[in-house]
Amino acid sequence: MTEKIALTLTINGHAHAIAVEARRTLADAIREDCGQTGTHIGCEHGICGACTVIVNGEPVRSCLMFAVQAEGKKIRTVEGLADGDTLHAMQQAFMDHHGLQCGFCTPGFLMLAVGVLEREPDISDGDLLDVLSSNLCRCTGYQNIIKAVRAAAAEMRKRCV
Amino acid sequence: MSNPKPKFVGRSVARLEDRPLLLGQGRFAADVSFSGQWHMRVVRSPVAHGKLQGIDAAAALALPGVHAVWTHQDVAHIPPIPFRLTGLVELEPYRQPILAKDYVRYVGEPVAVVFATDPYIAEDAADLIELDIEPLAPVLAASGATGPFDAERATEPSIIRKSYGDVDAAFKAAHAVVALALSTGRHSGVPMETRGAVAHYDEARDILEMHGAAKVPWWNRDHIARMIGRTRTNMHLLEGHVGGGFGIRGEIYPEDVLVCAAALAFGKPIKWVEDRREHLIAANHSRQQQHRIRAAIDAEGRILAIDDEFFHDNGAYMRTHAATVPDLAAAMLPGPYRVPAYRVAGHIRLTNKTPCGTYRAPGRYESTFVRERLLDAVAAKVGVDGVEIRRRNLIATSEMPYDLHLETLGTHIVYDSGDYALLLDKTLACAGWPALQADLKKRRAAGEKVGAGVAMFVEKSGLGPSDTVRVEIRKDGKVEVITGVASIGQGVETAMAQIAADALGVDYTAIDVVHGRTDRIDQGAGAFASRVTVMCGEATRLASTKLRDKVLRLAAELMQTDASALDIVNGEIVSRDSTGPSMTLAELAQAPPGDLSAEDTFLSSHMVYPYGVHVAAVKIDSDTGAVAIERYVIGYDIGKAVNPRLVESQIAGGLAQGLGGALLEEFVYDDHGEPLSVTFADYLMPTSREVPDISILITEDAPSPLNPMGLKGAGEGGANPVGAAIASAIDDALQRPGAITDLPITPQRMKAICRQN
Repeated sequence: MTEKIALTLTINGHAHAIAVEARRTLADAIREDCGQTGTHIGCEHGICGACTVIVNGEPVRSCLMFAVQAEGKKIRTVEGLADGDTLHAMQQAFMDHHGLQCGFCTPGFLMLAVGVLEREPDISDGDLLDVLSSNLCRCTGYQNIIKAVRAAAAEMRKRCV
Repeated sequence: MSNPKPKFVGRSVARLEDRPLLLGQGRFAADVSFSGQWHMRVVRSPVAHGKLQGIDAAAALALPGVHAVWTHQDVAHIPPIPFRLTGLVELEPYRQPILAKDYVRYVGEPVAVVFATDPYIAEDAADLIELDIEPLAPVLAASGATGPFDAERATEPSIIRKSYGDVDAAFKAAHAVVALALSTGRHSGVPMETRGAVAHYDEARDILEMHGAAKVPWWNRDHIARMIGRTRTNMHLLEGHVGGGFGIRGEIYPEDVLVCAAALAFGKPIKWVEDRREHLIAANHSRQQQHRIRAAIDAEGRILAIDDEFFHDNGAYMRTHAATVPDLAAAMLPGPYRVPAYRVAGHIRLTNKTPCGTYRAPGRYESTFVRERLLDAVAAKVGVDGVEIRRRNLIATSEMPYDLHLETLGTHIVYDSGDYALLLDKTLACAGWPALQADLKKRRAAGEKVGAGVAMFVEKSGLGPSDTVRVEIRKDGKVEVITGVASIGQGVETAMAQIAADALGVDYTAIDVVHGRTDRIDQGAGAFASRVTVMCGEATRLASTKLRDKVLRLAAELMQTDASALDIVNGEIVSRDSTGPSMTLAELAQAPPGDLSAEDTFLSSHMVYPYGVHVAAVKIDSDTGAVAIERYVIGYDIGKAVNPRLVESQIAGGLAQGLGGALLEEFVYDDHGEPLSVTFADYLMPTSREVPDISILITEDAPSPLNPMGLKGAGEGGANPVGAAIASAIDDALQRPGAITDLPITPQRMKAICRQN
């Protein structure tokens, strides 16, 4: 199992040349081999969604994908959301609506919500709730997360026009 | 000479904590790494009870990248983990060793650890370690006859007994007696961040550091140091970001001690991060209790006495909390009601399951469920509704302060202030109770299973005995508030900054709050028991006020005026009549003598007691057993809210966890003691689909007389009575008083109950 494979991961537009075992999860590669620790690992079995990143425009659970499967794909993580000092509309909305407490699940929720809204800007409230129910938060009771995502959705739609 | 006009306390200002967390720049335990670190993997017992006859690590040690394997004999000199709270002497033989010696007592118990260059290799090696364990019959029931737990120990190490008044006479004189058998399930806090610890020994400075500390870093520093032969001066615990606390995170566990001992022994940084399966079987469980409770009542349903006997399933060892949870359950059971005579016997029982500790509202989630079920049963017995029976029994505000004649956590319980009836009225008004009742009645007549319930509770908060804070103004004018508390995501930096800002006359964003670092302040009690805002908040106010006086005195000398003529406004020292020169705090800090710091301590021998009312309205789907929450209203008297939005967030988050315990979450074991709830697909926590939008009414009708700001804690009132309120609402929906006797009310159980109709 210890044979390493050389590959390049493109994270937030930056190329990371790494060598990993075939079994290495994308989450571990992003964190340990590429040093981007904003992506968190909460369960390693694809349920909590803390490790959600965007791969080629789709939110995916990086604990359920191998690093070797992500070669040649565009990976976006929480570190790539802000534009310099300016927070992404989703980050700003989480701050404004108090959508976080401990902040551990937050990067996963941010990437999930951004990924879904970029793909489907006019998503219905009900569908959005279904999407958000795929990630777990233990601090907030979710209502402020839902409010934040709805507010950011409106803001993101405005910016697209 | 404190600042008379609060600018920040009482306002829902934005959190100081958010920005790094939103940018992915948090520093959680797993984010800490040192070059050359070794990774530790724990080999855990696969059987619930057995004699450990041998451990063969040869194959593991032969694996490239594996540096060492430790078993009990390598750590035999390290004593078992000590008690932090409620440490009864008779419980000491039940403390947990950091690695199992001759016996294993639960699935998940650490029996060996592997150290390797890489976590994947460490896990491979752990799989190669062969354990020779002779299985023994496990003890899985916490009630029934007592017996041997193993060769040296009994299943019942202690009974918590508390009482006052003449209970037997009250029962003899009673108009009627109401008796119930009730139980709560096995739950835990399950923070989204699993546990982690990274130990690093700096030989040049002879300092051992452990990163990944939480909750109680000072106590843990002192005791881990003692266990491994260090002192509090050459060992530090450092808290980064913590991904949720809830009682479970931050206690001393075997793994914390192991990384520290290994970092010293090998001279290498040692990193350990648990996976979720480990978390669910190895970190503290909580709450599993069975109660048999009786009330003696008069003809109007007034309580004359309560007699409760309960069995507390503590799992296989007594961990840091020792008897804390059953003790709190016993002491807080009477709640907001006048109970003239009370007697409780809480049997602490050992079972071959994961050991237990506290979980948000420990002991109270359990005993509030029991007490409120009892009140509902009394109401049914005398033929009045649940609201009326509560009104008849509530302690009146004229009786405050109310001495409960019981003790817990080393303090005498005296409810400091409260107007329980007023909060009940306000909360019912907020819920539109009469209209809600009429609507539910109409819908029930049309065949829907809908109903509403009420539950009340008294919380405790602000556990002393002391907190110390040091406030310093740095040469750049920034203010540092150095505390002995910890942050578990609750917003402590923001709340303390608000208090310090008002006392000092600066903007709250100019304040850095330091917490969780034993290298910055020598003592600290940490973050538990909803204590931080009360204890650290008042210590912060005292120290900041002291510093303000010092600033004005020094500035007055420089400005050749009288200190009473000066004020601090937005970080600038100005004259009160707006004439003459001014100087900034930075300028004063740069001028001699330059030492702009002050330290003060707040002492408190009594806890403070917030209280609340939860109103739930539910709809049952008898086909699926699903319980939908249609409306949920929480009234909570906080005494004084430093930041109302942070208070509401604590309440909302607590409610979500309370709902999990009421409807979904349960650690289940099979007949062999094999845990069946080992993934998030088995241990079901509420998602955004299950947690409703709720109404939260924060009131400040009963400020605490025990601290000048009137503060009480907010951490646990969202969770405390949720099981009780949901159970009451389900009874109402079924129009069957007493239908709910056990939590959680999973869909399977709900369906079965519906079928009994």
